[in-house]
Amino acid sequence: MEIQKTALYNYHKNLGAKFVPFAGYEMPIQYKEGIVKEHISTRTHAGFFDVSHMGQFFLEGDETLINSLEKIIPADLKSLKINHSKYSFLLNEDGGIIDDLIITKTEKGFCIILNAACKDNDIKQISKFLDKNHKSLLNNELSLIALQGPKSVEILEKLIPGVSNLKFMTGSNFDYEGEKIYITRSGYTGEDGFEISISNKKVEKFVDFLIKHNVKPIGLGARDTLRLEAGLCLYGHDLNEKINPIEANLKWAIAKKRKETGGFNGWKKIKKLLESGCEKTRVGIKPDGKIIARENTKIFSTDDKEIGIITSGTFGPSVNAPVAMGYLNSNFSEVGTEIKLEVRGKKYGGKVTELPFYKKSYVK
Amino acid sequence: MSEKKFSKKHEWVSLEGDIATVGITKHATEMLGDIVFTEVPETGKVVEKEGQAAVVESTKAASDVYSPISGEITEGNKAIVDDPSSVNSDPEGASWFFKLKIKDKGELDSLMSKEEYEKFVAENPS
Repeated sequence: MEIQKTALYNYHKNLGAKFVPFAGYEMPIQYKEGIVKEHISTRTHAGFFDVSHMGQFFLEGDETLINSLEKIIPADLKSLKINHSKYSFLLNEDGGIIDDLIITKTEKGFCIILNAACKDNDIKQISKFLDKNHKSLLNNELSLIALQGPKSVEILEKLIPGVSNLKFMTGSNFDYEGEKIYITRSGYTGEDGFEISISNKKVEKFVDFLIKHNVKPIGLGARDTLRLEAGLCLYGHDLNEKINPIEANLKWAIAKKRKETGGFNGWKKIKKLLESGCEKTRVGIKPDGKIIARENTKIFSTDDKEIGIITSGTFGPSVNAPVAMGYLNSNFSEVGTEIKLEVRGKKYGGKVTELPFYKKSYVK
Repeated sequence: MSEKKFSKKHEWVSLEGDIATVGITKHATEMLGDIVFTEVPETGKVVEKEGQAAVVESTKAASDVYSPISGEITEGNKAIVDDPSSVNSDPEGASWFFKLKIKDKGELDSLMSKEEYEKFVAENPS
């Protein structure tokens, strides 16, 4: 398959981006200043991320659409208010996570933001449950820009008056340059911020405004260090089809009502795990000292039994220390438990820690 | 100190008597990005030419640092272990990785001069 580019590809190039292939797209991993500076400027000022590779999937239909979607998504879509968003998943019959997503109720139905690497399969899986009278569209005419950081609201309010009224995980339509753009207050960094869905034609002008206000472009490298410090999962690393939301320590993302009444893929398994617990659990891990425990690092107990594996690990610029998360035998998952990490054949100490590593500052 | 010699794996070496100082090149640091971890060899360790001797990690990935020449380690640079980011700021000066007692000065002949290395980098962009 030919490698794809977002509408801002040349724009990134002019900003000095280094590109890497990611999920079938040529995406910026970093710009001139590098990952650490990009990370810090997002935490202290504001940064923008081109996340147009992600799928913007729109669904329309009558009340039966909710029943269809609830068979594969364990959110309470019946109670979800218009312009409100939820973090949720697509689940397979065994309760495994096909993808994690943000679903927003729109006036005509729903909009689901899907991971780039998963979106084609996701749509196949969702479509299995749709009826003839449900309409769906993966909209490739739209770009998606994330604006993240403490100054985001002040800067965006200048261009789009009213965005400061949005609360975390809600959205609204706004007028921009003669078109309607959809903005939600959300993100993937642990900072306050917005995600802006805007036509490919208008996106350059929009980003020009951000750059004029000293908003730095941020690549996938810093996106990864930011989300890991915030304790957020990356699909394909921390989550996959063999891991269910209970093991992933994401049971909060399954609606209370749905946990009780079920009716979605994998409910039997999930109900059982909710009652009896599971063998492994996703935890935060802080290695001692400066050693970095990257993905696939084996985790051992203090008496050298293999008890788990790291799924994400890097150096966290804001906590100024290495940070990691992974799956541990649940008997060892209590915060404070001492563990060992095998890096380059040697074992180093570490501890199970609370997530996030960096305190979130969402505007609720 | 002698003029620096360079390896294809982006290390530099300079010689003073029979003690060689080894580090990574400015070009290597630019490819790696922000350096957040280093591991240097212990004194007394014997390393072979092109053998793994140290580790450097950026936010993105971990890489091995190879010794461009054979010898016995006389010192690892503790300063870059305490402050890995200093490798980004002065890779070919204060932020060397290790010193070793050189085994065979003849091995230096297989390495590149500064001009040769610059040409090599220009011809092998990565």
